[in-house]
Amino acid sequence: MAAMTTHKKDPLVRIARRESMPTWQSLLIRIGSVLAALVLAGVIIYLLTGASPIDVYKSMLQGAFGSNPKNYAQKSWITVRDTMMLLCIAVGLAPAFKMRFWNIGAEGQVLVGGIATAACMIYLKNLPPLLLFLCMVGASLLAGALWGLLPAVFKAKWDTNETLFTLMMNYVALQLTSFFVAKWENPVGSNKVGIINQGVNAKQGWFPAIFGQDYLLNVIIVMAVTVGMFFYLKYSKQGYEISVIGDSRNTARYAGIPVNKVIIRTMLISGAICGLAGFITVSGSAHTISTSTAGGKGFTAIIVAWLSKFNTFTMIAVALLLTVFDKGAIQVATDFGISKDMSNMITGIILFFIIGSEFFINYRMIFRKKEKEAA
Amino acid sequence: MEGFISLFQQAVVFGTIIMFGAIGEIITEKSGNLNLGVPGIMYLGGISSLIGVFFYENAVDEPNKFVCAVIAVLCAFLASAFGGLIFSFLTITLRANQNVTGLTLTIFGSGVANFFGGSLNQLSGGVGQLRVPATSDAFRTQIPGLSGIGGPIGKMLCQYGWLAYVAIIVAIVAQWYLSRTRTGLNLRSVGENPATADAAGLNVTRYKYLATCIGAGISGLGGLYYVMDFTQGKWANDGTIESLGWLAVALVIFTTWRPKNAIWGSYLFGILYWVYMYIVGISRASQELFKMLPYVVTIIVLIIISLRKKRENQPPEALGLPYFREDR
Repeated sequence: MAAMTTHKKDPLVRIARRESMPTWQSLLIRIGSVLAALVLAGVIIYLLTGASPIDVYKSMLQGAFGSNPKNYAQKSWITVRDTMMLLCIAVGLAPAFKMRFWNIGAEGQVLVGGIATAACMIYLKNLPPLLLFLCMVGASLLAGALWGLLPAVFKAKWDTNETLFTLMMNYVALQLTSFFVAKWENPVGSNKVGIINQGVNAKQGWFPAIFGQDYLLNVIIVMAVTVGMFFYLKYSKQGYEISVIGDSRNTARYAGIPVNKVIIRTMLISGAICGLAGFITVSGSAHTISTSTAGGKGFTAIIVAWLSKFNTFTMIAVALLLTVFDKGAIQVATDFGISKDMSNMITGIILFFIIGSEFFINYRMIFRKKEKEAA
Repeated sequence: MEGFISLFQQAVVFGTIIMFGAIGEIITEKSGNLNLGVPGIMYLGGISSLIGVFFYENAVDEPNKFVCAVIAVLCAFLASAFGGLIFSFLTITLRANQNVTGLTLTIFGSGVANFFGGSLNQLSGGVGQLRVPATSDAFRTQIPGLSGIGGPIGKMLCQYGWLAYVAIIVAIVAQWYLSRTRTGLNLRSVGENPATADAAGLNVTRYKYLATCIGAGISGLGGLYYVMDFTQGKWANDGTIESLGWLAVALVIFTTWRPKNAIWGSYLFGILYWVYMYIVGISRASQELFKMLPYVVTIIVLIIISLRKKRENQPPEALGLPYFREDR
């Protein structure tokens, strides 16, 4: 017995990394976490308003997909449009994150892309439509790439902390947006740019409707980028270099991969796609520019990209899920007479659950076996 | 001179908000946790203090100012520390990614605060109608004896609500704690190299949890100061706290992770932020460019410290990195 007491007890729970988990099992955990979050959100709304949870969930679905045959299509298209915007940013972040380069600056990259697009719409509105479009695409890609390039160069050359650098660049971009909003304001004194090119210059630089759908072009562009990025990351040499650097910078160096060059190149791509998202928003849906053009989506997209493990097809599902929740929560707020800001609270709770559930996918807990009494 | 005095006064009030935020975040980051939830935490601190005193002031006829202040500070600290606890639980116990969790905390905090802020405004009959006069008065009370000092120096240094001086004291205590005490040294070692700290017998998990929660609590006081002193007990859903929160994160870099630098750094940020009001003849558009200054300065500082590579100015070595004993 004396020997037993000096022997230290095992901890109650040990945690070990899982080698792998069947896809259905990990999917089940994720769905379970979303459901648990929804139940908690329902309870919170019930406590605050006394509304029956079933009504709340119904109202959520109506917010995302419409409440009657007349607005099914319209509401659903708006949900799809916003999903595409979020998806585009997340896809842009994917290569950077896969390289373990924390690009927190999507918000700013989207904004400068939006500024560049708006500038083209305002100053080049007399160009033929196709040329104008090329200008807008080029300008937004360039602006976003520039915003991504700066932190990347300093990271590559002097190992400057990229998380903090890109974060600060967001606010430089935000003030830059305020500057241009004040410069382009219309009417004067409103401190708003207003809808660009309405009336006389009807819809110069706006996305054209395809098959009568205003937002179909948004979907086409973003899906093309999404599929392209999937193959770029998975099957191209550059994509392979990115993943080696992400796993270990030293291994990459040893293997002869030009690490600095790849970092800069990848951030150019990442920033450019985020800039493109700004183009899609300004030209394809908002038709104006304001400090809320990015609207926090640059931050939400970080979460989307991370949760999807850099798989751009998974991102479609995650982006759709978050957009549906967002739209749904706004509808709930309207229907039950509570503040619209509830949607952020609900989104936060759902994300906490999803983030937390990752633990059960990546690790397993081993409980201490009950020690049998020695006979 | 008059202009400079009022600029300085504005800068101090503004700076105090981000000073609290930054000191809390420095303590958090010294444990190796990069908590990007500072804006959310400041939101939580601001709104919960407002909720607490709102119900207290409505429940009693003659609210006692001292009780008001105690309730406000306690609510702000506890709610913000709770935000830190969510972050700690997810990143330390459940091993989630710090950046992602922090950003989620910001989304969550802004949602909670604006939701309840909007509800409080509704309860009191519309935006701008919300009033907590006793508490707001309590927080704007100046230090007796000090506030009487006249002249430019007196105006610049002595006429602020007491929380502004508390911020300076907190900064000094935090500096002393980090650089002069044994537990402070331990905390820094956890942030620099948790594996070594673990091997030396320190409880890494406990240090991280405590530093993050207490740090979050201090950051939340920034939200309290904003709500009670800066806006005088009103609530507006205009996202100001969020931009102040990011400015606090910027200030952490600017101070090179030293609380004592936050004292002058925060006032400098305030001056940089407000200086456009005192430059004659610039357009409203250019004013917006001036507001960029604190962020640009921060980027420059970030670049300089990475260029000079002085060891004592670097971010904590393990900042943002997870530590799991079993992964080694």
